[in-house]
This record gives sequence, C-alpha cells and structure tokens, in this order.
Amino acid sequence: MTEPVISLRGVRADLGSRPVLRGIDLTVHRGEVVALLGANGSGKSTAVRTVIGQVPIGSGEIELFGTPRRRFRDWARIGYVPQRTTAAGGVPATVTEVVSSGRLSRTRFGVFRKGDREAVRHALDLVGMADRAKDNVDALSGGQHQRVLIARALACEPELLIMDEPMAGVDLASQEVLAQTLKNQVAAGTTVLLVLHELGPLEPLIDRAVVLRDGCVQHDGPPPKAVGQHALPGHDHVHPHAPAGAEPMRTGLLS
Amino acid sequence: MDFLDYAFMQRALLAAVLVGITAPAVGIYLVQRRQALMGDGIGHVAMTGVGLGFLLSASPVWMATAVSVLGAVLMELIRWYGRTRGDIALAMLFYGGMAGGVMFINLAPGGSNANLTSYLFGSLSTVSDSDVTSICLLAALVVLVTVGLRRQLFAVSQDEEFARVTGLPVRALNLLTAVTAAVTVTVAMRVVGLLLVSALMVVPVAAAQQLSRSFAATFAIAVAIGVSVTIGGTVTSYYQDVPPGATIVLLTIAAFLVLGALAAPLARRRARAAAAAHPAGDPAECTIPATRGAGDGVGV
Repeated sequence: MTEPVISLRGVRADLGSRPVLRGIDLTVHRGEVVALLGANGSGKSTAVRTVIGQVPIGSGEIELFGTPRRRFRDWARIGYVPQRTTAAGGVPATVTEVVSSGRLSRTRFGVFRKGDREAVRHALDLVGMADRAKDNVDALSGGQHQRVLIARALACEPELLIMDEPMAGVDLASQEVLAQTLKNQVAAGTTVLLVLHELGPLEPLIDRAVVLRDGCVQHDGPPPKAVGQHALPGHDHVHPHAPAGAEPMRTGLLS
Repeated sequence: MDFLDYAFMQRALLAAVLVGITAPAVGIYLVQRRQALMGDGIGHVAMTGVGLGFLLSASPVWMATAVSVLGAVLMELIRWYGRTRGDIALAMLFYGGMAGGVMFINLAPGGSNANLTSYLFGSLSTVSDSDVTSICLLAALVVLVTVGLRRQLFAVSQDEEFARVTGLPVRALNLLTAVTAAVTVTVAMRVVGLLLVSALMVVPVAAAQQLSRSFAATFAIAVAIGVSVTIGGTVTSYYQDVPPGATIVLLTIAAFLVLGALAAPLARRRARAAAAAHPAGDPAECTIPATRGAGDGVGV
C-alpha cells in the first residue's frame, strides 16, 4: 500500500446538537480516486468538510499527507471544489479573477508573477473555459460555473483534489468536460476524493466507493456497480438535459 | 475657483477626497460579503466614542476610532460564535452604541446633543488641521490594506470556505476588514457624518457594478465615483450653502441612477457582442450536441 494522503480514524462530528458523523474511518491512498456516496443527511459533505477544517470534529484523528490536520500548513497541495452555492459574491468578478484566488496558496503575500498568471490560464484551458476568461461569472450557466470552480482548484497544481458534488446541476456537455478533465488529472497522478450523489459519468474513473449512512461507513470497497445507483439509500436523479442557460437545477442535493 | 483661496476649504476638500477614495475601497469588500449595512452599524457604535471623547476631554476622532474598532471586532466575533442569535446581538450593539453616545455627551460638562450633530451629519467647514492629519494617517492605512491585500480580501470575501483551504488566515483577514471598515467610518465621520457614512461605502459600489464585469473595474469606477461626488458635494455646499454631507449622498444616489440608465443599452450591446463571439457557446434552442461543442476544447 502507498502512503495515505487522507486518513480519518474514528471521526465524530456534531452540527448543533445533532451527531452527523458517528466515528468514521476513511483512508485515501496516493493516486486513488475515492467516491463518498450516501443519501442526503448521511454525513458525506460533513465528512469532507472535516477534512478541510471547515467543520470541527468532536473526537478522532485526521491526517493529511501524514501530518495531523491541525498542524497541516501545506495547503497548496490541496485543490478544493466546494458545492457551487458557497461561491457567490455581491460584486461582479471575472472568470480569471475567481480562478486567480486558487493560485494564492502558491504565491508569497499574494504577489502574482508571470508563472502564476500562466498557471491560471492553463487551469482555464484544462476545463475549456479559456475563451470566457474575461466574462462575469454570473453570466455563466451552472455547468460553466462549476468548470470555473474546478479550474480554481487546479490553479495551484494540487496533488489532492477534494470535490463536493461536482456534478450537481451540471449540463451534459459540462459533465463530459469535467469527466475528461478529471481523467487527465488522475492519469497525471492526482489523488481524488469526491462526494457524489450517483456515480454517473465518473463511474469508470472511480477506484473505490465509500457509502455513508446515518454518519457511519456502510460500505467501503469497489463501486457498487452490480446493484446500480438505485440501490443507494435515498438516491436522487440529476437530469443533465436542461437547456443551456437555464437556471441551475435545484434537485435537493444541497445537503 | 475662488473657494481654493480659503484654508478651511482646502482642508475640507482634502478630507472629502480622502473619504471619496477610502469609503468605496472598503465598502466593495463589505458589499462582496453581503454585509452592506455593516458600515451603518459601525457608525452607530462610533457615537459612543464621540461621546466618550467629549466626556474625557479627549479627541473625539481618535476616541471614535478606538471604540468603533472595538465594536467592529465584537461584530466579527458575534458573526463567528453567535450564529443563531447573531442578528439580535448586533442590534443590541448598534443601538447600545447610539444610546451610549447620547448619554456620554450629555454627561460631559457643557455637552449637549448639539455637539453630536456635527458628527452625525458631518461638519466639513470645521475640519481642523489636526483633524486633517488624523484623516490622512487613517486614510493611508485604509488604502494600504484595501489595495495591498486586494487578492486575499477578494478571495475571503468571495468564498470564505475555499479561502480557508488555500491556507489564507481567514479569521485574521475578516478582522482586518472589520477594523479597516471601522477606521473608514471615523475618517468619513467629519465629512458626511456617522449616519450617512454607509451610503458612501455602498452606493458608489452599487453604481459602479451596473457598468462593470470585473472586480478590478468595479473597484476603480467606485473610487472614481466616490472622489467625484465628494468634490462635487463640497463645492456645491460652498456656493449654495447646503449641508455637504447630505449633498454628497444625494449626488451619489444621482450617480447611481444615471449610470443605471446608461447601463441598459450597454448591456444589450455586450450581449450582442457575446452572441457574436460565442456562436456555439450557448445554443438558444433545445438541441442535444452529438459530441462536445466547439467551445469545449479540452487541453490534455
């Protein structure tokens, strides 16, 4: 076995007084693509949010690249794609401005050099959004916006990608671009942990699926192909055939 | 241009220009974080500082700075810890600050609400040399933070959760924003007054973003609007004998309306240009592309 990139041992977390994680173990090794599956409220989003330090843990241990999370400072090794709803400012911002935020971890005091600007442009190329670099992010469709957030995560050239529901409300064309981008990243050796509602077009990429139920690990192994998505508790369809430019779909995935 | 011959007008104009720069420069981050009314809250808290200044015979400007910085830090702490009752706690802080100001100023020897009026609505013509010095120092600090740390503040204000994962000191930057906003409130206090401060922080930004697509352009246009209206308001008040604070705020709102009227045809032209530039980007009809669209080139 290779070195674990993410390691959770006996992690418990509460939101308010409600226990959301009841002692989960999760290990992601270098180069692996692990999908975190489960119904709404199963704790899968909370689990990744404990990894990045957004949700405090009650007990248990979290290690990133072999370092306890509290002492981990090497954030440039991690690219994070939050659920799309968290990224909305009250002032216009261009695609380039948003993606540049992802490069900050590689700069000293936020000063951008030529290489940083090139990295931002390259990240936009990877998701096929280079031609929209100067557009306002609010003018993009849901799928295009998601591609921008993935470019933002890729701008620091991370070794580990953590994505929370990257396919929620994303149109078919963008889903294909995202799957292809992810495939290239995996081929280049990037480790990936993603929260998914259903395996969908990413299924061939996924090495291992961890299914959560009521804050406990219910399954940890090969993706549940034979039983199909319909066997997952409380699953929910995302229909990728809305017309482009339509409002992003709200399918109750924002758990 | 005879108004430039008077020393009080030179001071007033300098103070006005500095406020025109700093208020939108901080305000843009507050608007981006959807805390547009935070400046108003800090203005209320600053009243306690002004009252304390009179009571303790200290400089009201520096006292107001100290108290509003304290208030802003307290507001940030309430935002972290008091998620459920946060708005109630903020309301108590705002109105407690206002009541404290009225109370302290009336306790001060010879003090009355009349002293407070010049801070509530601004009193440009009474700006003294020492006021100008404090305003210059504080404005320099504000510009240093809002321009020097623009990428960090943009990232934190745009998406706090993501900013944390890039390793940015999110809490420190949030505190810095709050403190900078508090400093700006006291810079603007003599010019537009505590009750109208928030207008100069928010309205130029709102006016600018009707025209702009990028954060950088919004910042530049908002500061340009801020400087224009503060100079315009100060000069108007010299010739017409109207209160400068109110004139400046009304001019800002006028700028918002005028730019709003200009923005509609501009947006239509941009939409046409975008449609011409990205013919395959957004199909208007419900067609299902056989493969990827032409605009979706995937770099390998």
